[in-house]
Amino acid sequence: MAYPKQYRYTKEHEWIETKGDIATIGITDYAQHELGDVVFVELPAPGTKVSTGKTLGSVESVKAVSEIYAPASGEVIESNASLQNKPETLNTEPHGAGWLVKIKLANPAEVNSLMDAAAYEAYIEEKQKEASA
Amino acid sequence: MRYLPKSPTERQEMLGAIGAKSIEDLFSSIPDAYRLKKPLALPGPLSEQEVIEYFQARAAENSGGYTSFLGAGVYNHLRSVVTDAILQRGEFLTSYTPYQAEISQGTLQAIFEFQTLMCQLTGQEVANASVYDGSTATTEAVLMAERLTGRRRVLIARSVHPEYREVLRTYAKNSGLKVEEISYTAAGTIDTRGLRAALKDDVCAVVAQSPNFFGAIETLWPLAESAHASGALLVVAIAEGLSLGVVKPPTEADIVAMEGQSFGLAPSYGGPFAGVVASRDKFVRQMPGRLAGQTTDSEGQRGFVLTLATREQHIRREKATSNICTNQALCALAATVHLTLLGKEGLREMAEQNLSKAQFTLAELQQIPGVKRAFSAPFFNEFTVELPRSVKIVNAELLKEKIVGPFVLGPAYPELTKHALVCVTETISRREIERFVAAVKRALEQPL
Repeated sequence: MAYPKQYRYTKEHEWIETKGDIATIGITDYAQHELGDVVFVELPAPGTKVSTGKTLGSVESVKAVSEIYAPASGEVIESNASLQNKPETLNTEPHGAGWLVKIKLANPAEVNSLMDAAAYEAYIEEKQKEASA
Repeated sequence: MRYLPKSPTERQEMLGAIGAKSIEDLFSSIPDAYRLKKPLALPGPLSEQEVIEYFQARAAENSGGYTSFLGAGVYNHLRSVVTDAILQRGEFLTSYTPYQAEISQGTLQAIFEFQTLMCQLTGQEVANASVYDGSTATTEAVLMAERLTGRRRVLIARSVHPEYREVLRTYAKNSGLKVEEISYTAAGTIDTRGLRAALKDDVCAVVAQSPNFFGAIETLWPLAESAHASGALLVVAIAEGLSLGVVKPPTEADIVAMEGQSFGLAPSYGGPFAGVVASRDKFVRQMPGRLAGQTTDSEGQRGFVLTLATREQHIRREKATSNICTNQALCALAATVHLTLLGKEGLREMAEQNLSKAQFTLAELQQIPGVKRAFSAPFFNEFTVELPRSVKIVNAELLKEKIVGPFVLGPAYPELTKHALVCVTETISRREIERFVAAVKRALEQPL
């Protein structure tokens, strides 16, 4: 699956797409693949303040529960309600319909320090090499 | 598991392989001041015959032939030898918690059946595989409510078992959870007016026990209404599980925390027992511990799996839902076998015997001048009476007649100076009840 050019990426495998000061956050195709079948997603309620690198919610797969970390600081304005009944969307469309939350960014410039698609692809290629070595 | 002894030669070989001269070498990093420089003060080895004699002598120290009217959270009930026979099967007795769960189908099936029984008894939708005991179950239920509501204040009835409250306070002490107690009324039940006054929108849970520590049965629906009106959850603790043979299940509760000791577990020295956390389906992901589930395998055959263990400590480490939620598999198995042997009718009959024997005992005690029933609420197999004399003195007299007297309430409730909590189970015959009442009468009539 291709990594959208307009997104930015974290080392913890979240993606973030910004439009003005509103950002959409999700987990990457690499992340969903590593997690396996997702069975439950726990997301913050609108109004929750999130800060960079801190826990935003969790994704439970058949293997384990993993934290999702906020790629940037801000306030949650919407979380993806459709994931409550169809958490598997996270596996099938991680970069689209499987988005997790939308936040109002505290500082939109913060996102620029994250990896772009090319850098992220190089990063996960390195990870995969490590794993197979 | 095989025991592999090692000879001095083998020890030396192993030390050589890791480059150490002696066993002492391995401890060289421990500062000298902390080293024990003499052998441990242990008695020497005994022969098989000596071991048998030692344990026979210890067993002979046990006292037999006592009749007990002591309950207060641990209850004497009849147990079938069948339960012990099944518990002592090696597959159950010696197995450790199944981390590679699915190869242990028998253990998973036993846990699944335990959960099913606990749901049927408590009227809840899900029950976990068990925790330590009723006290930790109660605390885990409160922590669960804290996670679900995001609130950090809990209101617990003073009529909840004093030790359950102490365990809760121990957990809460350094966690920032505020614990407040709600008083009781002349009926012996929770003060609902006091509860309503204390309920604010920062309360995560209201905790009540039923039958409560005084034996009184709480009316749960007003508690649920008050709690829910302010966004709190109702946690119901049950110390005497057998009460559910006749008392309506606590369906009003959001979380039920139950002690499973009454189901096939001997009182011993106060453990090991099995606690139960049961709840509504929608709260399942905040439940501590694990859940076994039933499914079908690739060939369509019935099988069992650990449906929910992803939030346990071996996976989540410090982020686990609870790090004190060890499943008491063997005790849970005892409860499962015991309840299966009793069946629905047997459980009801056993409970009815407790109820009528306790009623009879109270009526007989009230014939004694000066003995008063302390609380007016209905009860199951335990009730509180006020004596005209210190309970401790009466109990000392009873003990001389091989009767273990009722629980002395004073130390836990300073205002209940002459109050005794009397427990009467199906194990006590009418003749023994009459002997008890006569002994109490004599103890009260004795000059000081």
